[in-house]
Amino acid sequence: MRTRMWKLSLYLFIVGFILNMLGIVSHVVVSSFAKRWFGGLLPPAYTTDWFAYAWKNFDLGQVLGITLLIVVVVVFLALAIGFPAAYILARRSFRFKSAILLLYFLPLVIPQMTYGIPLATTLYRYGVGGSIVGVILAVLVPMVPLAVFVLMPFFEQISVNLEWSGSMLGASRAQIFRRILFPLMIPGILTAGVLVLVNTISNFELAFLLGGGGSQTLVVALFYNMFAGGVRPVYSIDAMAVIYMVMVMTLLLIALRFVRPTQMVFKLDK
Amino acid sequence: MRAVANDEKNEFDALAFFCLLPSLLYVLCMFVYPFLYGVYLSLQPQKIDGFSFANYLAFFSDPYQYGTIWITFSLAIPTTIVVLLLALWLAYGMRRGIFMERTVTTILIMPISLGVILLSEGILGFYGSQGWFNQVLIGLGIIKEPFILTHNYAGVMLALFMQQFPFCFLMLLGYISGIDPSLERSARMLGATPSIVFRRVMLPLIAPGLAIAFALVFVMSFAVFPSAIMLGQPAGTTRTISIAAYQKAFEQYDMSAASAIAVVMGLCQLAALLVIILFRRRLSPAATMGVGKR
Amino acid sequence: MNGPGDTLDSLKLGITKRYGNKTVLDNLELDIQKGEFVTFLGPSGCGKSTALSIVAGLIAATEGEIRLNGARVDHLPPEKRAFGMVFQNYALFPHMTVFDNVSFGLTLKPLSKEEIKKRTDAMLKLVQLTGYEDRYPGQLSGGQQQRVAIARALVLHPRLMLFDEPLSNLDAKLRVEMRAEIKQIHAALGLTSIYVTHDQAEALSLSDRIVVLRNGVLMQSGTPQEIHDRPKNVFVADFMGFRNFFKVRIASVSDGIAEGVGDGIRIRARAGSVVRADADMVMAIRPDDIRAGTEVAPGTENIRGQVEVVEYLGREQEAAIRINDNTRVWLRTAQSIRMADTIGLQFPIDKVVLLPAE
Repeated sequence: MRTRMWKLSLYLFIVGFILNMLGIVSHVVVSSFAKRWFGGLLPPAYTTDWFAYAWKNFDLGQVLGITLLIVVVVVFLALAIGFPAAYILARRSFRFKSAILLLYFLPLVIPQMTYGIPLATTLYRYGVGGSIVGVILAVLVPMVPLAVFVLMPFFEQISVNLEWSGSMLGASRAQIFRRILFPLMIPGILTAGVLVLVNTISNFELAFLLGGGGSQTLVVALFYNMFAGGVRPVYSIDAMAVIYMVMVMTLLLIALRFVRPTQMVFKLDK
Repeated sequence: MRAVANDEKNEFDALAFFCLLPSLLYVLCMFVYPFLYGVYLSLQPQKIDGFSFANYLAFFSDPYQYGTIWITFSLAIPTTIVVLLLALWLAYGMRRGIFMERTVTTILIMPISLGVILLSEGILGFYGSQGWFNQVLIGLGIIKEPFILTHNYAGVMLALFMQQFPFCFLMLLGYISGIDPSLERSARMLGATPSIVFRRVMLPLIAPGLAIAFALVFVMSFAVFPSAIMLGQPAGTTRTISIAAYQKAFEQYDMSAASAIAVVMGLCQLAALLVIILFRRRLSPAATMGVGKR
Repeated sequence: MNGPGDTLDSLKLGITKRYGNKTVLDNLELDIQKGEFVTFLGPSGCGKSTALSIVAGLIAATEGEIRLNGARVDHLPPEKRAFGMVFQNYALFPHMTVFDNVSFGLTLKPLSKEEIKKRTDAMLKLVQLTGYEDRYPGQLSGGQQQRVAIARALVLHPRLMLFDEPLSNLDAKLRVEMRAEIKQIHAALGLTSIYVTHDQAEALSLSDRIVVLRNGVLMQSGTPQEIHDRPKNVFVADFMGFRNFFKVRIASVSDGIAEGVGDGIRIRARAGSVVRADADMVMAIRPDDIRAGTEVAPGTENIRGQVEVVEYLGREQEAAIRINDNTRVWLRTAQSIRMADTIGLQFPIDKVVLLPAE
């Protein structure tokens, strides 16, 4: 009896949380289609005009282009830098390995606001603050370690015997890499890529601190327009939020084909 | 024993060096160096030549500034405790899997992937005084006046909770479901009721994970920034230390003072981490042995 | 204890377990008497561990009941059944010392500190772990962990001991030692035990009774000798080490002796009452029951063939003899056998078992 009550309360909590999430999301969606909405369960009249308004007034075409550019470059660089590091950290043991792992772990657990301000200070001093390059350089700080930590277990799964038998069969190191490791690592690369992608798109703090006029990502633009509340109709901001949401949700659905939901946050094993 | 022997083995060669070099350089230049530079800069105030603690003295002598530490703690500590307790309860209940687990976890992680900005915008609408939450409660006759849950302390707590809960829950779920289920079974066979199993067997085994989760959630909450602006009163009751640092840097363009505040913020987080680490030491050193091996 | 009393006089099972529409245990019926050592034997996935977990109360049966001394106990949670259990991976609490592990169950009872210490010490002495009280499980060898696990269950004087493949994580030598120890403790304390294993040697050496399971169905239940010498079907025979199976048609039955013809040979076996002529059956014999000679002894079946494979096993050799194009016979003998020898084979009539065709 007691265990049944216990289970029931668990499910009630989950249902509550889900309802709350659905409410939060759908409130934004409904509002973006509202002509006007002051109180009342639903708006009295609907329109799609706010999307056109948002597109034009918020330069969404440009913002999306910038976001896409940043995301693609970050994903590519994070994988390119993280892949060899993950290989070594998964395969080799050496003296300072645990120190290096701890160092790579820090950007993931220290809040971005904490290291973002000194990072922004430094990058502005070198003249790359407020530019697309600055945003990319800053966002990569947590993304390179993320790629490393996602890729490492995939390397660990590939038996070192496969590499050894490859070299016994006469393959050079480059051939082993290209013909054995790389094909086997494709799931890992996809997983890491997707996780870096989702985290880059939704990254706020670093993109905010480093982004200037011509280098705002979608989230940052969203924040500025909300912050300038009162000037813009709330429906148009919600329309922009919906565009952002559709993008993230699409990516999330694609992501979930490769990764388990639990992989979206890192594991507690140290 | 074998692990120790393994650590002593040195397999660092040219290949390892060149593979590690790009990422190591990146982290050193973009993470370690700015940190050190920030500390250095904070000791070089704008208006004074040479080293000086003027920035820190200014921060700690102005209640409007040092008050942010208290405000931030008063947001982060309650949030962390609530998040941790609820996540522990839910994760423990779900440790052997539940109905439609994948769908449920997907929805639970939605706040993480949607990002804090969208979440805050949604909370503004949904929990606002005109939002569905209050409308439904008033409609059901539960309350007469709407709960004011936005543009105040409660709003920031709400946003923090929704951001941190999924994260903490998934961490603990992974940790708890990694504990060998036969431990629980054997305790039952030895006569322990479910509540004794939890208290005497599972909780001591979960404790190290709980400590880490506490530290991570606290540190993340302590840096609360956009939701404190969007859902709170950024000039008043929810002016957190991040806001103070941001204003110094990007509104007053005093990078030196901003760095000082960032350093204070980092030290507060570090202090919390140290407390947790010392607390973990006091837990039995063997507590982490053998957990999750199987 | 409530209802059934503190001791076990009899345990009666009749349980079915289904997951969805997959039946993992199909109405397993069993009567266990006080002091008996019963083994559930079968390959992995046969339902033996499921059956044990149901008896323990760790999982619920889909249908059926468990009666202890005539009273139903299937509704009781595991902690109320007062059964002891030893798990495959020992399941020692990693955060507790050996002493705390063994005394765990005692501390849940209203006992004085001195009483707990006395009983724990006595139990540690029984399993020869005195002096290891303050070690953690991670600091013990596999065999020592196993002893702690056994002591932890025994210290509560369980009315029934359940063993879930307790030796499968040990190396071969230790396994044999621990086997003897379990047997000794069982006898010394007058325990009633259910033991689950996939290892036939373990089952034969420990049990008073063996229950062979396959896909959740009881294949045969009997004493080790019955199971070993008189398997009732091909599955049990195969599991117990019969390596030669011949599909035969019964040509004649006379004087309790059936003659089967098939696979190009003619074999005789003692027939039970149900065997009739013209029935399709299987005849089986162990490799070590076949007699061999390079010359065929007069008056026996004229089976002979050429050696195709020789496996050296130390004191003996096992060889495959090609009888005809379809049939090979496995033979185990201490005689020296060389490849391509021609060998005559004799199947002693008492060693051939007659089994229903699959």
